[in-house]
Amino acid sequence: MTLTSDVATEEMLELPWGKVQVLKGGAGDPLLVLHHDTGNPGWLPFYDELAKSFTVYVPSHPGFGKSDRPDWARTVRDLATLYLWLLDEFDLAPLNVCGLGFGGWIAAEMATMDHRVFRRQVLIGAAGVQPTDGEILDQFLVSTTEYVQMGFSDDANFERLYGSEPDLDQLEVWEINREMTTRIAWKPYMFDQSLPHLIPGVKTPTLLVWGANDRIVPLNCAQRYLDGLPNARLDVIDGGGHYVEVERPDAVAKSVIGFLTD
Amino acid sequence: MHLMYFTEQPMSAYPVEEGKRLGYTATMFPNKYFDPVEATRLYHERLEEYLYAEEMGVDGIMLNEHHNAPFTMQSKINIFASVLAGMTKRVKIVLLGNPLPVCDNPIRLAEEIAMIDLISKGRLVSGIVRGAGQEQIATNANPAYNRERFEEAHDLLIKTWSVPGPFRWEGNHYQFRVVNPWVLPLQKPHPRIWVPGVVSRETVVWAAEQRYPYIALNTTIEATKAIWEIYDEAAKRVGYKSGPENRGYLIRCHVAETEEKAIENAREFLWMQGEFLGLAHPVWANPSGYGSPATRRQRLEARKRVIPSFEQQLEMMQIIAGTPEQVVKKLRILLEGTRPSILALWGNDGMVNHEDSMTCIRLLGQEVMPALREIGKELELFSPIELDTPVSLAATPQHELTPSSA
Repeated sequence: MTLTSDVATEEMLELPWGKVQVLKGGAGDPLLVLHHDTGNPGWLPFYDELAKSFTVYVPSHPGFGKSDRPDWARTVRDLATLYLWLLDEFDLAPLNVCGLGFGGWIAAEMATMDHRVFRRQVLIGAAGVQPTDGEILDQFLVSTTEYVQMGFSDDANFERLYGSEPDLDQLEVWEINREMTTRIAWKPYMFDQSLPHLIPGVKTPTLLVWGANDRIVPLNCAQRYLDGLPNARLDVIDGGGHYVEVERPDAVAKSVIGFLTD
Repeated sequence: MHLMYFTEQPMSAYPVEEGKRLGYTATMFPNKYFDPVEATRLYHERLEEYLYAEEMGVDGIMLNEHHNAPFTMQSKINIFASVLAGMTKRVKIVLLGNPLPVCDNPIRLAEEIAMIDLISKGRLVSGIVRGAGQEQIATNANPAYNRERFEEAHDLLIKTWSVPGPFRWEGNHYQFRVVNPWVLPLQKPHPRIWVPGVVSRETVVWAAEQRYPYIALNTTIEATKAIWEIYDEAAKRVGYKSGPENRGYLIRCHVAETEEKAIENAREFLWMQGEFLGLAHPVWANPSGYGSPATRRQRLEARKRVIPSFEQQLEMMQIIAGTPEQVVKKLRILLEGTRPSILALWGNDGMVNHEDSMTCIRLLGQEVMPALREIGKELELFSPIELDTPVSLAATPQHELTPSSA
């Protein structure tokens, strides 16, 4: 899947440490969208919905997509710090954020480091905290294709985007993104032991959104965020998996826009 | 020539049908199928075979290690090396090798290897490897830092052996307040280091730059020649001329009293559908970040590789089997084609029984190796041990080096 919208433009933001690829579309207050660990698949219908109310920025994380890779980065917190730097450099903060899965973890880390960077935050199927029951599905034991398939509640939705067998170009993109994920999230896998102790300091109004059939990040992680964040609520969406924003774009956008414009 | 005997130490007593049912025999293959009683028997058979190999005249015993799989019972190479250090008298104990990146404490490793060198009275060759992809998962070592950790652990290992302590190490992946192990190797400046490998160009170049012999693991004659070209070029760049003394080769080679018996047993080399590292998910064998970005696309394309049939591998001399006379003829072609001075004969694998393994070892030691030594002399294939070459570039006198800028 590639960029197929006339709503959005693509640009490379220059920062002192390297370049960041950003898709941008819509109008209104800025909304930062942080993508999954599998990368940003392009300008999604979900972004189109958000772009009706906001100027939507979808950067590719450092080391993902076409963004430069900071070879020195060892942790997800390093990426979060680079994003705070980016927001400061381009004078975008404070703003709203919508973090998807792994991107939700980055958003949560950013919020713990700067309690005022986000006006409101949305964490969708966010990683970053250790499940109280079960594990976050370990992508490093399955192929990229299998991992992405597991992100959907319905195989047909995977095939609609990627076909029954993704081509070599797609596999290469996923591989590049996974390499960066390996560099910063190999162990402990997909969580940070200190994060639950830091989020109680984040008073930012927070909406947690979870696909009812999320097979990647267990729903009990949402409860851990709810328990820690002083100002959060949860919206569970039926008929969606970890990529609930792809499978149920209208429902998720409605929930997110409702929360952000409330 | 330096002629070694090798076996993967297969755990032949594992339930083959379970492996077929699951579709994998490595990494996640459940260890409930490990049979400790059978494992005890197999360890002792292997030990008896190694001692017999020394008696039959081999120059070296090559050992390797892998984890979480029945294709190799050695999960810690230094354990068997220690046993052999105490129980053998003459053979070189050749570790090919200790996987450095999976090791969180290279100082501890330096101590273990030093002890083995002392107990063996200086008969140790201390090879090092990056470790296969699966080993990274088995030990939870981050594959993305595999090469960085390999090189840093190596530097620390060498410094620990060759620079008097105490000193401090504050590296990128390793940090130690005090490096000052009491036990140091007998061989000075340190035991010889050989580097085995299969595909990685970076590792070939790195080995050449250190002046460590590179041991090509059962590569085709053409692929092996390509490796030497890369090696020779890097050697020239850093200032020395490489030759047979920098080259090793491992070949699967089973001998028996009759050709029929040899062929029957040699089929066991393909016992896990020909996968050297057992049947595994491609992701376990090649975790993201383990390979270089330059070969990323090529690796993704190669995931559905086809393993040549047994007959094809015999034809291509990827497997050699027969009577001593028959295998010597083929090994001569291999030696002429690739010109290594270090040769490891991988004699027995899979379900080959103890009795046949002993016969193979006797024929290798008594008939094949003496003939190979004569061929080696004729082809001027002299090993680094025979020539007493410097153990590394760092140990090479400066005036002997003539680096080229090319």
